[in-house]
Amino acid sequence: MQGSEETTGVEGEDKSTRSPIIRARDLVKNYGNVRAVDTISFEVMPGEVFGFLGPNGAGKTTTMRMIQCVSPPTGGTLSVFGLDVRDHPADIKKWLGIVPQETNLDPDFTCIENLLVYARYFDIPAKEARQRAEKLLAFMQLEEKADVPIDGLSGGMKRRLILARALINNPRLLVLDEPTIGLDPQARHLMWEKLKALQGMGNTILLTTHYLEEAERLCNRLVIMDRGKILVEGEPMDLVRRYAGDEIVESEGSPQVIACLEETGCRYEVHGDMVQAFSDQPRVLAKRILDTCNPGRVFVRRGTLEDVFLSLTGRDLRE
Amino acid sequence: MRRYFPVPTRLAWKVWRRNRDVFFKTYRVNFLPPFIEPVLYLLALGYGLGMFVGDIGGVPYVSFIAPALLAISMMNASFFECTYSSFVRMYYQKTYDAMVATPLSIEDVIAGELLWGATRSLIYSSAMLVVLVAFGVVALPSSLLVIPFSFLAGLLFSGIAMCFTAVSPTIDTLNYPAFLFITPMFLFSGTFFPLSVLPGPIQVFAMAVLPLAQVVTVTRSLTLAELSPVLFLYSLAWIASVCTVLFFVSIHLMKRRLVI
Repeated sequence: MQGSEETTGVEGEDKSTRSPIIRARDLVKNYGNVRAVDTISFEVMPGEVFGFLGPNGAGKTTTMRMIQCVSPPTGGTLSVFGLDVRDHPADIKKWLGIVPQETNLDPDFTCIENLLVYARYFDIPAKEARQRAEKLLAFMQLEEKADVPIDGLSGGMKRRLILARALINNPRLLVLDEPTIGLDPQARHLMWEKLKALQGMGNTILLTTHYLEEAERLCNRLVIMDRGKILVEGEPMDLVRRYAGDEIVESEGSPQVIACLEETGCRYEVHGDMVQAFSDQPRVLAKRILDTCNPGRVFVRRGTLEDVFLSLTGRDLRE
Repeated sequence: MRRYFPVPTRLAWKVWRRNRDVFFKTYRVNFLPPFIEPVLYLLALGYGLGMFVGDIGGVPYVSFIAPALLAISMMNASFFECTYSSFVRMYYQKTYDAMVATPLSIEDVIAGELLWGATRSLIYSSAMLVVLVAFGVVALPSSLLVIPFSFLAGLLFSGIAMCFTAVSPTIDTLNYPAFLFITPMFLFSGTFFPLSVLPGPIQVFAMAVLPLAQVVTVTRSLTLAELSPVLFLYSLAWIASVCTVLFFVSIHLMKRRLVI
C-alpha cells in the first residue's frame, strides 16, 4: 500500500491553488510503431475548464488515458496534482472523477447501487456514500430512477449517472471524454447545464469533445490537436479572432463570385458549392459581392470554433 | 518493484465484494443448480450405473464418485467464472475499465476476480456437500475439510482460467480450453473410474499434469477418510505451488493485455 504518500497530493491547498493541476512536458505515447501522442506540452490550472479538440485519432483519448494513470506514457513527463503518473497512480486516481467515452456503468446493478459500489472502491464509508449518492442523484435529476436497473435508462440518463458516479469521491479534477456523445439536443443541453453548474462551483474540468459548440460554451481554454500534436492553444474567442476572424462572408461558389474574390485579393476557401471569404471588413466585402458578382445569395455570419478547427485540421475525412 | 511484479493490495477485496453482491442479488438462479446437479448425477451414475459396477476397491460406486462430483463442481464453478464471466466483464461490460478509474489497480481487479472464482468454488462445493451428506455417501467429519480445500482448488482453476481469458482474442475462442481441456479432464482424472485402469503412461501424465486429478485425489481422501499420505501430500503440494505461480502469471498476462 502507498498510504504513507497519500497526503502528498492534498497537502498545502494554498500552494496547489496556484500551481497547475496537470503539467505535461514533451509527452509522448507510442502504440507499437504508431505515435499516438507526439511531444505535447500543456498545463491546466485550478478552476479552469480546459478542452481538447481534434478529429478522430488526434490523440485526445490517449492523452486522457495517460492523465487517468491507466496508460503509461512512452516519454516526457506528466504530473497530476504535482505527482508523477507513473509512480503514484493510486494517490492521483483517488482525486479524479472520470467520465469515459464509452458507457461502462455496471449493468448488474441499479442506479444507486452503481454509485454505492463505486464509492466502495474509494474507501468511502457506507453511510457517507449513501448520503453523497442521494445528493448526486438529485443534482443529476435522477432521484426517481434510483432503484431502476441500468437497462431501464435513456442514453442521456446514463451519461448523467456516469457524471454522478465521477463525482462520488469529491474529485479535485474531472476528466470528461466526450461527455455528450450520442445525446439528443435536450439531453445535451441538460448535460451542459450540469457541467456549467460544476464549473460555477470552482471545479477543474478537463474535457474532450467533437462538438465545437460544446467547447465554445464550456471551455475557458482549449487546445486543438491533430495527428498527435497540439496545433494551437488559447481561449475560444481569441482563437476564432486569430484564425477565422470575427465574421465570415459566405456565398455561393459560382465562377463569377470566385473571379470577383480574386480581384479583391482577399483570402477565400471553396467548400463544395459554397465559398467562404475572410476580410477585415466583412460587411463591405459582402456588399461588394452582392452588388457586382451576381451571387445567388451572400451572408455574413459570426466566426466559430468550427471555422478555426476546419482551417487548422483540414476537411479530409478521418476514419 | 510494483511496476515490474504484480502486487495486488487489499483493495482486491472491493472487487470481490462487487461480485459477491451481484451473486446474492441473483441467488435464486445461482443456488438451485448446485443442489440439483449432484442429485441427478448421484441417481443416474451412483445408483443407476453403480448397480452394474458394484464396488471399486471395496468402496461402493456411489461413494467413489461423490468426491469426484465435488471436485468437478469446484472446477466448473471457478473455471467458468474466470473465463466467460470475467471476459464479459472485461470486454463487453467494461467493468474493469470503470474499476481502474478508481484507486484500484489492474492487479487489484484481477486478484479480486481470482478470489471470487475461488469463493464460488467454495459456495458450490459446500452446497453440494450438504446434498452428499444427506445421501450418506461421504464420511464425517473429515469431509468438512473439503470446504476450506475447495477455496484453494478454486483459486487454482481460477488462475488457469484467467490465463486463458488473458490470451483469448474473443469470447468464442474460450471454447477451446472449455472443450479441449476441461472436458477431457472431467473424464480422465480418476473421476468416474480409477486412474489405475488406464495405460501406465496416461496414469503418469494425469498425475503429473492434470489439475483435476490432484483435486480428486485430495477430495477423495477426505470424503472416504482414507489417506495415502504420500499421494495426498504430493497432490496438495502440487495444487498449492501451481496455484501460487498461476495467480501471479495470470495477473501479469492480464496486465499485458489491458495496460497499453
